[in-house]
Amino acid sequence: MAESDILTQTIHEIVQRHGGAPTRLLQILRDVQDRLTWLSPETMDRVAEELDLSPIKVRGVAEFYSFLYTAPRGSYDVLFSDNITDRMLGNRELLHYLCDRLGVHVGETRADGRVTVGTTSCTGMCDQGPAALVNGHALTRLDKPRLDRIVELVNRQTPLTEWPREFFEVASNIRRADILLGRHFADGAALRAVLKRRPEAILEEMVKSGLRGQGGAGFKSAAKWISCRNAPGEEKYVVCNADEGEPGTFKDRVLMQDFADLVFEGMTLCGRVIGARQGFVYLRGEYRYLLPSLQAHLQRRREVGLLGSDILGEPGFDFDIDIHLGAGAYVCGEESALIESLEGKHGVPRIRPPFPTTHGYLNQPTVVNNVETFAAAAKIAVEGGAWFASRGTAESKGTKLLSLSGDCERPGIYEYPFGVTVRRVLEDCGARDAQGIQMAGPAGHMISARQFDRRICFEDLATGGSFMVFSHRRDILDGVRNFAHFFVHESCGFCTPCRVGTSLLRDLVTKVHTGHGTRYDLEEMRKLGRIMQVACHCGLGQTAPNPVLDSLDQFPEAWERRLRSTAFEPAFDLDAALEQARQLTGRSDPDAYLREEELMLGAMP
Amino acid sequence: MSEDQSFMLDGRRVPFQDGQTVMTAALAAGIYIPHLCFNPEFAPHGSCRVCLVKVNGRVQAACATPAASGQIVQNETGELREIRRGILQMLFVEGNHVCPACEKSGACQLQAVAYYVGMLAPHYTHFYPRRPVDASHPEAVIDFNRCILCELCVRASRDVDGKNIFAVQGRGIQAHLVVNTTSGKLGATDFSLADKAAQVCPTGAILTKHRGYEIPIGQRLYDRKPISVVGDVATVAESKGGRRHE
Ligand SMILES: Cc1cc2nc3c(=O)[nH]c(=O)nc-3n(C[C@H](O)[C@H](O)[C@H](O)COP(=O)(O)O)c2cc1C
Ligand code: SF4
Ligand code: SF4
Ligand code: FES
Ligand code: FES
Repeated sequence: MAESDILTQTIHEIVQRHGGAPTRLLQILRDVQDRLTWLSPETMDRVAEELDLSPIKVRGVAEFYSFLYTAPRGSYDVLFSDNITDRMLGNRELLHYLCDRLGVHVGETRADGRVTVGTTSCTGMCDQGPAALVNGHALTRLDKPRLDRIVELVNRQTPLTEWPREFFEVASNIRRADILLGRHFADGAALRAVLKRRPEAILEEMVKSGLRGQGGAGFKSAAKWISCRNAPGEEKYVVCNADEGEPGTFKDRVLMQDFADLVFEGMTLCGRVIGARQGFVYLRGEYRYLLPSLQAHLQRRREVGLLGSDILGEPGFDFDIDIHLGAGAYVCGEESALIESLEGKHGVPRIRPPFPTTHGYLNQPTVVNNVETFAAAAKIAVEGGAWFASRGTAESKGTKLLSLSGDCERPGIYEYPFGVTVRRVLEDCGARDAQGIQMAGPAGHMISARQFDRRICFEDLATGGSFMVFSHRRDILDGVRNFAHFFVHESCGFCTPCRVGTSLLRDLVTKVHTGHGTRYDLEEMRKLGRIMQVACHCGLGQTAPNPVLDSLDQFPEAWERRLRSTAFEPAFDLDAALEQARQLTGRSDPDAYLREEELMLGAMP
Repeated sequence: MSEDQSFMLDGRRVPFQDGQTVMTAALAAGIYIPHLCFNPEFAPHGSCRVCLVKVNGRVQAACATPAASGQIVQNETGELREIRRGILQMLFVEGNHVCPACEKSGACQLQAVAYYVGMLAPHYTHFYPRRPVDASHPEAVIDFNRCILCELCVRASRDVDGKNIFAVQGRGIQAHLVVNTTSGKLGATDFSLADKAAQVCPTGAILTKHRGYEIPIGQRLYDRKPISVVGDVATVAESKGGRRHE
């Protein structure tokens, strides 16, 4: 067969496996790339033909997702997780070490086409970093000996399936369990409860429980389910948001790894309550290693009558679950972007209203909930709303899973009743020397030691679960700068203030952090940040300036230290004179600025 | 009954009908809310964020907010002007807008809105992106340097012309306008000046070839009256310096 025929055949098979459905475009492109290492223009055109889509649409999707490549890529594709917690664990040194040993530059493919080494946003292994992905599979606990082995494996072209299993081991690290993680749950119990007591009764328990969305925003889950149940629509859908893109969060990974049945049960329960027959798990691409075990769980549930048609023998109780893999886009955690992505499109958030509960997947009423929310709902159906509400605070019932990482002795998952103080958490995880915490991830809030008596709950410090500890050894601004880069990389580019503002903010942070800023720049960051908070189209852009604004309030000294000395004012500002050259060459990287010593020299008479 | 519906905008009562947004209702009442990606002939897009108003105390895009009875809308306030100005400043540094060298200067909606919100000079550091100019088409030029990603040409070509010639590709600051051909050149498409897509660009990104400077500087569309009085380039006839075909 000619090469182009083989290409056509390969693509045809993959598209057929996905039923030729354009909603599966992202999944199809993932599979095609798995076979061909990258998506050439020819490949994309073939996919477009097979699906009867415009080529520009296929290309648009391919260009949007970080893990889809429209330029040649090595057959081994290594991406270092570049969250601040990975940096704390020394990932930059390891990154350069690996590049040196492989003879490749960061972000480039080796001349023999065998390997590419780059970086990616947090892969959700913060409690067991430094972490990376190789061809999408999670690598944990990297160190130099491990990298040496990897160099050998790559150079010998050993297939991934023959790499040592321990490289890919992912620990759960559950350090503290309460009602969600600690109590046994009998498979099918929640579904038996809804069959016995009817959906209305379950909704009453949900209302009583006070359960709020665990994805971070804290919307009342019962209200969401009721609104979707009452919305007119031909079909309804249940979507589990397992995108978990917030740097520093990994509790959904642990739930999917150790408690998948509980989550699936919560989704099926929701399906029964709102009248949906189809559920989706949107699993972030970084967690593809979970796919086989999740599929096995689903298959087992079908076999024992907990999924599929006539669930538990009840005629007409039909519900099944499909897993969609993301492909490296934090914005796809935003529920309307997630739905776009589920439909096979690029993940740009929709205009809201209308909300997904009335116009979601394929414009039908859809419940989108976080993984933890579904798990809690399943428990509530069995144990009752009052039981759940006995824990927590007035406005925040039940418990919260926290993902602890950074400077602490025992990173991992901690389940607490809502209302726990930051101080208590720090004691439990062995963070003796905390200077500050990045709560709820870069999109959340940075708090300093003055606020350690605050409580974790919606009334005070709301969180989706990320909790990154910075000890006094750390420069807070390293974190701020890392987060500023994160948002530039993850902005979807749809709206002006986020698309442009994130880059402007990163440049200002870099300027000050490298010692070239003045008080004026701090004020500029504040002004820009305030515009972004109110002007952006979605939560990504609205929260992107938080680390900058919070650190200016909470750690002013960290910024002040970096300001150019105003006591000594050179007559001629050499660095400023270089500004035009910087502009013309479009450079804003640290090397484009003079260092402080050079400046002093420049100012000598 | 729907005639009775109204909301308050800067102290004025604005009537609206079901299905209208704050923007379309204001427009119908003769009130100007600055905008770039909005065009009354197309579904709202909500991307430029220039039309931000305060609705019941919350900043929202007027073009994407359904009108509702009893809303209190603020439009001309110092705070909103400052936010809008910030957004215009961002658009100007993101692309390469050398107004004195641009054929559309004076008849450019981007420029006119910038003046309207009090932006007289660029503020942020320029990005100076490297973007090519596409002169492959016999009748039209696309200067990507002036594109603000409003997607009006995308929508017009797809929804009105049925040609689907344009699209925005790439994520974040990499987002850019592309032409739907293998070569990426406009010359390889069936684009025509008669297309709706040729009549909607609010900037000088899409230009007609072999014609230029027909109306002298000083007498151009926005040279004498502000955009709040003149209206959008897409609604003004070509003979008067706008983009609409007669
Ligand atoms: C940029 C962005 C990213 C988000 N990422 C996630 C995520 O990874 N997981 C999640 O559950 N919710 C995420 N959300 C919140 C979702 O939009 C949505 O509120 C949530 O999935 C609803 O579920 P819940 O009510 O159970 O919390 C994100 C929101 C934004 C704006
Ligand atoms: S498109 Fe408008 S703003 Fe841009 S250069 Fe031309 S006149 Fe100036
Ligand atoms: S070319 Fe003009 S109409 Fe098209 S997206 Fe750019 S600015 Fe908008
Ligand atoms: S919502 Fe994606 S850039 Fe603003
Ligand atoms: S005009 Fe409303 S966002 Fe552009």
